[in-house]
Amino acid sequence: MTDEHGVWLYAVTSRRGGQEIPKDLSGIAGEPVRPVVSGDLVAVVGSVPAEICGEQALRAHLDDLDWLAAAARRHDAVVSAMVGRGPVVPLRLATVFGDDDRVRELLDNRRADFEAALESVGGRTEWGVRAYGDRAALLAAVAETAAPSAASSGTAYLARRRARLSAEETVQRDCARRVEDIHAHLAGHAVAGRRQPLTDPAVSGRRDWMLLNGTYLVDDDHAGDFAETVAVLDAAFPGINLELTGPWPPYSFAGLDRESP
Amino acid sequence: MTEPAVPDPDRRVALVDLLDRVLAGGVVVSGDIRLAVADIDLVQISLRALLSSISALPAARAPSEPNR
Repeated sequence: MTDEHGVWLYAVTSRRGGQEIPKDLSGIAGEPVRPVVSGDLVAVVGSVPAEICGEQALRAHLDDLDWLAAAARRHDAVVSAMVGRGPVVPLRLATVFGDDDRVRELLDNRRADFEAALESVGGRTEWGVRAYGDRAALLAAVAETAAPSAASSGTAYLARRRARLSAEETVQRDCARRVEDIHAHLAGHAVAGRRQPLTDPAVSGRRDWMLLNGTYLVDDDHAGDFAETVAVLDAAFPGINLELTGPWPPYSFAGLDRESP
Repeated sequence: MTEPAVPDPDRRVALVDLLDRVLAGGVVVSGDIRLAVADIDLVQISLRALLSSISALPAARAPSEPNR
């Protein structure tokens, strides 16, 4: 990189889609976003001051949640602005090159990979589905079906305690199975689906019992069907609530180094 | 870049959704700088940043009614 600037990559698109970078689009440092072209491939980049994207600066910034959150939103805003007029392959946050020539080199060296990735996300959108279990409601439903007597003897107490433990096991088992079903159903209405690691409640600050953190690549023609499927599944399993998020740029399905399961 | 991080759970969840995607998803190529930070797990970094921001929250923000 030059002493003053690095070239921050947001996304790669194709000129064949006729996409143009919106004139007023600005990047993570407020810099104008511009194209670097090689053949039909267009890298969407910005020149970012070294005090933001230099190695030491990046290491420090990435530990700062305010910075990270703002950078993630701005990076995503640029990628999202490019989506909708043609296929877009998003780059992972903090991909920085020294100059435009190195970016063109990347496009040249990985041309076939980028073209395949663009092909695979064209006309498709990523949607997220999170499932949360209402543990109290699920336990109550199980307990109702196996309610022990109301007697207050020690034996009855132990019986209730056993029933309670077995109810928890039942709920765990049932939920695991239902979530498998839900994911399989959703993946069946998508081109590809993937289960992401569950979000630690300590991180989200949300105490709900998370059961599924799924993300799905859906044909735009079938987006309505997919949303409807989420609503149907949400209603079908009392005690398990589904939340649909998106539309997302295809972050989880554009990896050149990974394949969809 | 002065927008504050978000303490309330719904917006935190939305932020986690976004970080999950921009830090763990997207195409990985070896940028000149990425080569240098390749040893850093970006997701771990974001978790650390999120957790440290939570421990800095006033205790009063903790939900008073846990689900279990």
